[in-house]
Amino acid sequence: MSLFEMVVTPGSVDTLFYIGSMLLRIVIIFGVIMLHVAYASYFERKTIGHMQVRMGPMVVGPRGLLQPIADGIKLFFKEDIIPAESDKPVFYIAPIISLFAALSSLAVVPLFNGFVIANINIGLLFILAMSSLGSYGIIMAGWSSNSKYSFLGGLRSSAQVISYEIAMGLSLVGVMMLAGSLNLTEIVKAQERYPLNMFLIPQIVGCFVFVIAAIAETNRAPFDLPEAESELVAGYFVEYSGMRFGLFFVAEYMAMIIMASVGIVCFLGGWNPPLSILEIPYVPFAWFFIKLYILIFIYFWVRATLPRYRYDHLMSLGWKVLIPLALANIVITAIVKVLL
Amino acid sequence: MDKGAAELQTRELTINMGPQHPATHGVLRLVLDLDGETVVKCTPYIGYLHRGVEKLAENRTYLSALPLTDRLDYISAMANNQGYCLAVERLFGVEAPERAKYIRTMVAEMSRISSHILWLGTHALDIGAMTVFLYAFREREWLLDLFEMLCGARLTTSYARIGGVRNDVSQEFIDSLYRFTGEFPRRIEEYETLIDQNRIWLKRTKGIGVIEADEAVNWGLSGPTLRGSGVSYDVRKHAPYDAYDKVEFDVPIGKRGDVYDRYRCRMEEMRQSNRIIRQCIEKLPVGPVMAPDAPKISLPPKDNVLKTMESMIHHFVLITKGPMAAPDGEIYSCTEVPKGELGFYFVSDGSGRPYRMRVRAPSFVHASVIPRLCEGSLVADVIANIGTVDIVLGECDR
Repeated sequence: MSLFEMVVTPGSVDTLFYIGSMLLRIVIIFGVIMLHVAYASYFERKTIGHMQVRMGPMVVGPRGLLQPIADGIKLFFKEDIIPAESDKPVFYIAPIISLFAALSSLAVVPLFNGFVIANINIGLLFILAMSSLGSYGIIMAGWSSNSKYSFLGGLRSSAQVISYEIAMGLSLVGVMMLAGSLNLTEIVKAQERYPLNMFLIPQIVGCFVFVIAAIAETNRAPFDLPEAESELVAGYFVEYSGMRFGLFFVAEYMAMIIMASVGIVCFLGGWNPPLSILEIPYVPFAWFFIKLYILIFIYFWVRATLPRYRYDHLMSLGWKVLIPLALANIVITAIVKVLL
Repeated sequence: MDKGAAELQTRELTINMGPQHPATHGVLRLVLDLDGETVVKCTPYIGYLHRGVEKLAENRTYLSALPLTDRLDYISAMANNQGYCLAVERLFGVEAPERAKYIRTMVAEMSRISSHILWLGTHALDIGAMTVFLYAFREREWLLDLFEMLCGARLTTSYARIGGVRNDVSQEFIDSLYRFTGEFPRRIEEYETLIDQNRIWLKRTKGIGVIEADEAVNWGLSGPTLRGSGVSYDVRKHAPYDAYDKVEFDVPIGKRGDVYDRYRCRMEEMRQSNRIIRQCIEKLPVGPVMAPDAPKISLPPKDNVLKTMESMIHHFVLITKGPMAAPDGEIYSCTEVPKGELGFYFVSDGSGRPYRMRVRAPSFVHASVIPRLCEGSLVADVIANIGTVDIVLGECDR
């Protein structure tokens, strides 16, 4: 029976209910995350502003609260400039790929027990796959703009994402071994047996590698080489303007939130509170978001503090430090698991 | 080699960095030939900010050419004014009174601090440490406010005069400056905690852009850019002018001549400048701020112009005819401005205007060394190298 038949056949209310509830979940998650993306930029500007002895946005709305909305409206109404010499189809599609890859990862992230759009059993692999897909958007943007600066930015990004993808994948292997599953909900549940309801303590090395690799993966400072402002002006999206630039911007923040979510699910115990007495009743997703905000704050904090890595230093950090560390972590986890 | 591979010839990627580029500090333009991320060839192009300052000065009186010097190194106008006035004073054979000498030393050191602060902020920003930039601007703002309190302008000060300074300092200014000198060393430590122990910063600066002492001398470098290579040459020490022989200060030098050593030199120099300012305030003698024989060169105070006949005549003659004729001859006088050695060379034909004014700008010399520092390094180091030689294009292009 095709989906169409299921929907039109009388009596299959369950199917309708299923589709309806899925759509509702999609709308809720999409809405919540888009709002987070908008206000993550506000939160970033405020955090960094106060760290840098200034106020951050203050003009639009009370204490600048409407600034992200104003920015969004501005980007929508900006003229869409496409370089004459660009490879147009690729130029059009690049930001869409970036955003699509970031958005689709959301489908497998459980906000709380049972609340996930697609509870697939390879959730972690799916996220890794989608985040590598995101780098295609960057490479294509860099290539199609036909500008040397964006080209260099695109090249840097592809090298960086490939290198750190390996470190990140390896850092998660320890988690997979402890949890015995790739399903994100199962991973969270597996952590309930460990201290503080999280894998943080047994997997501290993995967590360390993951956090660094995640920052590099999302092209955030101090690994923001692809968009190194002082060298490459803006890197791969230097030729983009208006809403096309906005899509890259949204994708970057989205990727940041996804990476933070993966970190929460894999190392910080997902929706579970660290101690059961800290449980917040009736708000099952409260701890997920508390952890999310803490991680995102750390992203901003790092950005306000650290200078930018140089390209070759970044590569040697990835290949010579993080990957060996992650491999050692796998070996030790395996030995410990067999022995216990 | 088969045919397909022969067709796939690689060639260097030429990118044009500047004149509009966030990291080239003004309108420096570099054409870089890149092999991957490695710079094979770097060619600086200058002249985008050329305003013909030297030629303009030939048609102006010695007095009215002074504001042109504000616009040379617009970050440290005070030091430029001082250098210009010292040169013209030597040409005319006048000497500023003691109090004016101390004040000029003091404001020149203030401008050294404000210039080094701006350098620190932008250099750190180029390397990616964004926060230092805003911290640095907090202190620079304080200094600019002080300049405003002193002479009404923040950037283009035109404060020094031939034979002294424009006006005396107020007690309020002295108090505020003294508070600044008390506070500033702590602020320097704050910058250092942000970057000096930071592994990324050390990796980005140590061993980058190395230039040996003898080579640095041959390139004609001066100021902290030279001292970073271990050459102890400071005009303030070796040919003291104004009050520099009456204050105590050290000349910090580096060892390896890399970006990091030049950074350390400038940080130490800020501490020394702070020390000089403090001493100037403590030792500030009482007395006039204009030389008694200066009225024929510099404008008399407005108060006197309205009250005494003589001052009014001087004022009238200075405005309509220019200062008294300079003696025939030529003179070269140099001072240590924040960027290095700033020299003024005058040829006088006996009229009230310079026959030729030549400015020996440290930035011009330093811009020429950029290819030497950049070739063979990575693109990211180009930015560090532009920052470390500390050039200002206003001075370079003149």
